[in-house]
Amino acid sequence: MNLEPSRRDFLKTAAVAAGAVLIRNVAVAKPADALIDTNVYLSHWPLRRLPCDDTAKLVAKLRANGVTQAWAGSFDGLLHRDIAAVNARLADECRRLGGGLLVPFGSVNPKLPDWEDDLRRCVEEHRMPGIRLHPSYHGCKLDDPDFAKLLQFAAKRGLLVQIAHIMEDRRMMHPLLQVEPPDLKPLADIVKKTPGLRLELLNVKLPPLDLLKAGDVSVEIAMLEGVGGVGKLLAQLPAERVLFGSYAPKFYFESALLKLKESPLTEEQLRAVRCANAQRLLARKQLS
Amino acid sequence: MFEIWDVHVHLSGVPGATPEERLERLLEGAERLGIARLCVFMGMKWSYDPTPDDMRRQNDEVLRAVKRFPDRAFGFVYLNPQHTQASLDELNRCVRDGPMVGVKLWVAMHCNESKLDPIVARATELKAVVLQHTWYKITGNLPGESTSEDLAQLAARHPNATFISAHSGGDWERGLRAIRPYPNVYGEICGGDPTAGYTEMAVRELGPERVLYGSDAGGRSFASQLAKVLGADIPDSAKRLVLAENTKRILKPILREKGIKI
Repeated sequence: MNLEPSRRDFLKTAAVAAGAVLIRNVAVAKPADALIDTNVYLSHWPLRRLPCDDTAKLVAKLRANGVTQAWAGSFDGLLHRDIAAVNARLADECRRLGGGLLVPFGSVNPKLPDWEDDLRRCVEEHRMPGIRLHPSYHGCKLDDPDFAKLLQFAAKRGLLVQIAHIMEDRRMMHPLLQVEPPDLKPLADIVKKTPGLRLELLNVKLPPLDLLKAGDVSVEIAMLEGVGGVGKLLAQLPAERVLFGSYAPKFYFESALLKLKESPLTEEQLRAVRCANAQRLLARKQLS
Repeated sequence: MFEIWDVHVHLSGVPGATPEERLERLLEGAERLGIARLCVFMGMKWSYDPTPDDMRRQNDEVLRAVKRFPDRAFGFVYLNPQHTQASLDELNRCVRDGPMVGVKLWVAMHCNESKLDPIVARATELKAVVLQHTWYKITGNLPGESTSEDLAQLAARHPNATFISAHSGGDWERGLRAIRPYPNVYGEICGGDPTAGYTEMAVRELGPERVLYGSDAGGRSFASQLAKVLGADIPDSAKRLVLAENTKRILKPILREKGIKI
């Protein structure tokens, strides 16, 4: 379903009449506005096929909903050991099937030997602007020295680092694949000790406000919950720290888009969350 | 363009010192997404195993809230089958003699227990639907927390009752299978993450006439839960049923009885 119709529809919102509210297509900005989705995945979720887990289909879905750029990681980065092949496939898929929309964010597993070369290839061979880490799937706690070292290396390379906190609800995990989300507490200290580090937290249910204020740390909205959650988050944080992220195709893309409508946001806030903050984050990389 | 009724909403997760204020905040959020009506249950402070007094307190709060917004919200009476007679009294007070149109059962007791039988029988006499929380947690259910299989057993004993499997078992790939053989059980899709494929499977396995939209707001966002339907790869005709028509159909008998036109 295309959720990106006219500005007029947006201003109309849903008319309430005689106890019946009819919803039109849901719009959250002008069609011409950029929309950068900072949290999409390619390849297959290990435990289930998803309706849009084919790259061409995903790209079509994102385009139909007004996405102008999507930062893509790979589900293969969770459990595969041949990370170099995972990243090569990701870069190739983005190039061949992304139609200029997909930006690859490679995986690095700091518990594998010579992970430094995976990082090097992300930068030098694939020209990736960032990496996406899944520490809980790599058996790596955030106070592990290897993890801090990875963040230091990434910062020196000018990479934006995304940390995926939760990949699925702990309560409904496969009995043979139960993965605890990492404790985020050690991160604030690492951020303070790592000059130049730019972090984005993905799939966070309760954004850790202290961490988000500790340095150049942003968060996206895919797992944010509660009525008007985006508005509540913006009331607690500088607007430049909140990015748009859908976690498609694992989540219905429309969830993130509708969250922008559920909160009464100003035009400026909408623009910041939809695109301006993400554009700034990548621009800082190019400058560095 | 769809009409939307939300079959699962609580007076929680939004600011407000009174039930009326909280429902008003909820309705503001709902309105932004075009949601016409909310079914509301449980009070401002919850308890797993409420005493009869606590049940009444929570139901009184819902009664206050829906009284303020009679055209936008319906109440379901929250019961605890551990207190069978008190639950029957409360059912009569809030549904037979009051404006409520359904029953909410949560985690006080596994719903396959025989103590539920008189409650379900009375609810069915009153034409009230019975919404039962169902979840499978790999991390461990609460002591009295029901699964979809528990509800299937209850539904088999009461073929004339109308049941809603709230959350479709949470672990929906399992929960939907458990309720699939029982046509008097509806799968309601709220409360979990907006995982793609959920609604497609529900519609495929239960048929579009047995799937209901709910949000579990204010703990959950209306948006994330609505996306499960609006974003699903199902025909618009199925979306129409899931978003409102099915809920309207199962509530129609009791609404008609109460003289409420929809």
